[in-house]
Amino acid sequence: MSEPVKKAPAEVGSVTGIYNEHAEWSTNLGDATIHAKRMPGRFRTLKYITESFWLIFFFGAYLRWNGKQALLLDVNNRQFHIFNLTILPQDIWMVSLLLLLLAMTLFAVTSVASRVFCGYFCFQTAWVDLFTWIEGKIEGNPNKRQKLDAAPWNADKIRRKVFKHLIWLLISLFTGISFTIWFVDAFAYWHDLVNLNLSLMEIATLIAFTLGTYLLAGFMREQACLWLCPYARIQAVMADSQTILPAYDVARGEPRGKLRNAGKTVAQQGDCIDCFQCVQVCPTGVDIRDGQQLGCITCGLCLDACDSVMDKIGRPRGLIRYASLDELEGRPVHKLYQHPRTWVYVSILLMALGGIIYGLNHLGTLTLRVEPERQPLFVRMSDGSIQNKYTFKVLNKTDNDLSVIVKTEGGIKGQQLIGSETPKLIAHGRASSFTIFVKAPEENIQKEITPIEFRVENADNPGMAAEYTTKFTAPAR
Amino acid sequence: MSDNHNSAGGVPTTGHVWDDDLADYINQPPKWWMLGLTASALWVVIYWIMYPAIPIAINGTFFQGVGLPGSGKWTAIKELAEDQKVLDDVRGKWESKLKDMTPAAILADADLSEYVTRSGKVLFADNCAACHGQNGVGTEQKGAKFAVREQGLMAPRLNDDDWLYGGKVDTIYETVAGGRQGMMVAHKDSLTAQQIDDVAHYVKAMSEEGGKDKADADSAVAAGKKVFAESDCTACHGADAKGIQAMGSANLTDKIWRFDGSLEGIKQTITYGVNSGDANARVAIMPQWLKKDEQGHVVSKLDEVSIKKLAVYVYKFGGGQKEDAPAAVVAEAPAATPAAK
Ligand code: SF4
Ligand code: SF4
Repeated sequence: MSEPVKKAPAEVGSVTGIYNEHAEWSTNLGDATIHAKRMPGRFRTLKYITESFWLIFFFGAYLRWNGKQALLLDVNNRQFHIFNLTILPQDIWMVSLLLLLLAMTLFAVTSVASRVFCGYFCFQTAWVDLFTWIEGKIEGNPNKRQKLDAAPWNADKIRRKVFKHLIWLLISLFTGISFTIWFVDAFAYWHDLVNLNLSLMEIATLIAFTLGTYLLAGFMREQACLWLCPYARIQAVMADSQTILPAYDVARGEPRGKLRNAGKTVAQQGDCIDCFQCVQVCPTGVDIRDGQQLGCITCGLCLDACDSVMDKIGRPRGLIRYASLDELEGRPVHKLYQHPRTWVYVSILLMALGGIIYGLNHLGTLTLRVEPERQPLFVRMSDGSIQNKYTFKVLNKTDNDLSVIVKTEGGIKGQQLIGSETPKLIAHGRASSFTIFVKAPEENIQKEITPIEFRVENADNPGMAAEYTTKFTAPAR
Repeated sequence: MSDNHNSAGGVPTTGHVWDDDLADYINQPPKWWMLGLTASALWVVIYWIMYPAIPIAINGTFFQGVGLPGSGKWTAIKELAEDQKVLDDVRGKWESKLKDMTPAAILADADLSEYVTRSGKVLFADNCAACHGQNGVGTEQKGAKFAVREQGLMAPRLNDDDWLYGGKVDTIYETVAGGRQGMMVAHKDSLTAQQIDDVAHYVKAMSEEGGKDKADADSAVAAGKKVFAESDCTACHGADAKGIQAMGSANLTDKIWRFDGSLEGIKQTITYGVNSGDANARVAIMPQWLKKDEQGHVVSKLDEVSIKKLAVYVYKFGGGQKEDAPAAVVAEAPAATPAAK
C-alpha cells in the first residue's frame, strides 16, 4: 500500500472484476514504514479531542477520595474500589455485565458508523498517533523522515534516532507505570518505584507494558491493526450496507485525472484530481479510492485531506465522506431507527445496563444469605416443638467491623430465636458465618413449609440492614 | 519423511495381503523419528531421576527427586511437604491451645469453637455418623429387616435437646471419652403381660399432649399409673418420670423416644429391658472412645483434643445445654441409654 498505483476500480460483480480485484489487492506487510502526513481539519481536531480521553488513563489513578484512591482495582485483596463503592468478588457478576455492555456498545457503534473505536479511541491508534507526532517533531515531515531512514548513519541521524527512541521509551515507561497504579495505591507505588522496591509482579507488569507499548506503538503500528487485533477481524460482521463509513464517491470522482488549467477540470473528468493527498495522510497506508478495505480504521483523516483539496479547486466538499454503501450505490437510504441490527445490539446493551444499575443499587453494605440446614430439615425437641437450624452468611462491605443483631419477620407464632442473644461481630471486607436456631411450638405450625424472613441489622445503626427470606420446615401434615 | 515410500517392487512387504491387494511395506521410520524415540526413552530415565514417579524409600525417607537443574531443586512432593508444614504451623497455634482447655472454655471462645467445628465435622463423619447418622440425625431402623428389639432408633439423635446423661459440653465430652452403657432390667418376669400393657399405655400418654398431668388425670390409664408407681419404675425414672441424669434414665414425659415410641415398641422395651442380658433386650452401647495404657499414653483412635472437638461439634447441633441452663429438661445422651422409655 505504500506505493499506490493508479488502477481502474474493479467492476464489482462482473467476472472480469474478480481478476481486476485480485490485481488490485496489495497487502501492506509493513516492509516500508508509513510516514503519514499530518493535515489540519475537522476530523484531525476530533481525533485529538477523543484521544485525550486517555489522559484519564494516565492521571485518573491519582484521584483521592476520603483519603484513599478513588479508583482502585485491588486485585491482590480481591476488591474494587470506585469512590465510595467497594465491589467484592460476590458482585463480580456485574463485571461480566459490564464487559457485555462494553462489547455491545462497541457493536452498536460499529453497526452505525463502523470502526469509530479504531479511528478515534483505540489505544493502538492513539499511541501511534502520539509516537508519530514525536517522530515528526524530531525527524521532520514525512519526506524528511523517508530521506533520513534511507540516509547513511551519521552523527545527526544517530542523534535524532537516539533522542526519538529515548522519548518513546520514556512514554512507554510512563504508560507501564500508569497501568500498574490502577491496581495498587498510586502514591505508594511511586514511592516503591523511586526506592527500587517493587514486587516481582509489579516489575514484571512494568517491563511487559513498557516493552509492549514501545514495540506496538513504535514499530508494529498499523500492522497491529492489520494482523493482531481481534476486533479488526470481527468488526466487518457488524457492518452492513446501512453502516456509514469513510468512502470515496466513485460516481463523482471518476474518471480521475490530473488537474490542468489551474483550478479547472477538463470536461468528462471526475472530481478526483489524483493528488494522492488522501493516501499520504492515511495512517495505515490505504488508498480509500479502492473501496472499503481491511486496512481502513475509519479515522476520517482522508476526508480532511480531500476536503482541503476540494476547497482549493473550488469543488464541493465530500468527495470522500461518511456514507453508507446504500447511499453510494443509489439505493434508498434508511433512517437510523430502521436499522434492525443496531436495535438488537442496543437492546442487549440496555439489558446489561439495567442489570448493572440494579446491581449497583442492591450492593448494600451488608449482604445476607441464610441457608437452612438440609439434614435434618427439622428436629423435634423434648417439649414437642420443632427446631430449624440456619447458617447465616453475612458479608460486611463497609470498611469497619460491625456488630449485627438478628431479627425475624413472619414465620410461626411463638417462635423463639436461639443464638441471637448477643450481637454478632462481622469483620469488614469478608463474609462471616454463624448459626441461628428457630424453635416453634408445633401447635402453631400450619404448613409443612412456612416462609420466614431474617433481617440482620447494624446494632449501632438499624438503618443498615439486610434481609433474606427462606423457609421453616416442619413435619408433613 | 522417508523417501522410499510407494516404490513398488523395490521395497519388501510384510508378506500379508488383505483384500486382494492391500499389503504392508517394510519401510524404516525416518531417522529424525527414530532419534526422537531414542531421545524420549533416555529422557524418561533422566526425568524419573528429577521427578520420581513411584515412591522409593532411601534410608527410611522417600527419594524426593533432584528437580530440574535451575529450578532450585523444586519438586512437587517437596512443595507439598512445605505447604503441609505451613498448614501444620497454622493449625499448631490452635491445637496447642486446645490441649489445656476444657470443652466449655473452647466453646466460649468464638474463634476456637469455629475452628474445632470444622475438624469436628470430619471426625464426626468418620467415627460417629455410622450410628448417630450424618449430622447426628439418628438412624431409624424400620421394617422386616430388623428384629423387633432393633426397631426404632439405633443410636440417639444428637440435635435435639433431650439428653440422657446431660447436654452440657463437658458432659458430652465425658460421654464420648468414657462411653455409656444403657441399663434397664427386663420386666417379663416381674410384671404380668396385662401390667406391662397398662404401664405402656400410661407411659405413652405421658408423652402426649398434656403430658404427665393429663395422663395422671386420665382414668383410662389409671391402671398403668398404679403399676408405674408401685413397681420399680420410679426407682430409675423418678417419681416425676423425668428420668435421672446421673444414671442416664430417660425422661418419659417429653416427646422424644430413645428407641421406639409406638405402643408395641414401649412394651418391647419394658418387657425385655435394655442391655439386660435377655436375648430380646434392646442394645444401647456407646463405646469408650478414649483409652490409655498404664503410662497414660493414649491408645485409642481418638485422643483428648479430638474428643473435645467432637463434644463442641455435637453441642452445636442445636440441643446443647448452657452451663447455667436450668436442669429442666434432661435425658437422653449421645449414645448409651439405660432405662429407655
Ligand atoms: S484495528 Fe484494532 S488496534 Fe487497530 S485501530 Fe482498530 S481497534 Fe485499534
Ligand atoms: S483510508 Fe481514510 S479513513 Fe481509512 S484509515 Fe486511511 S485516512 Fe483513515
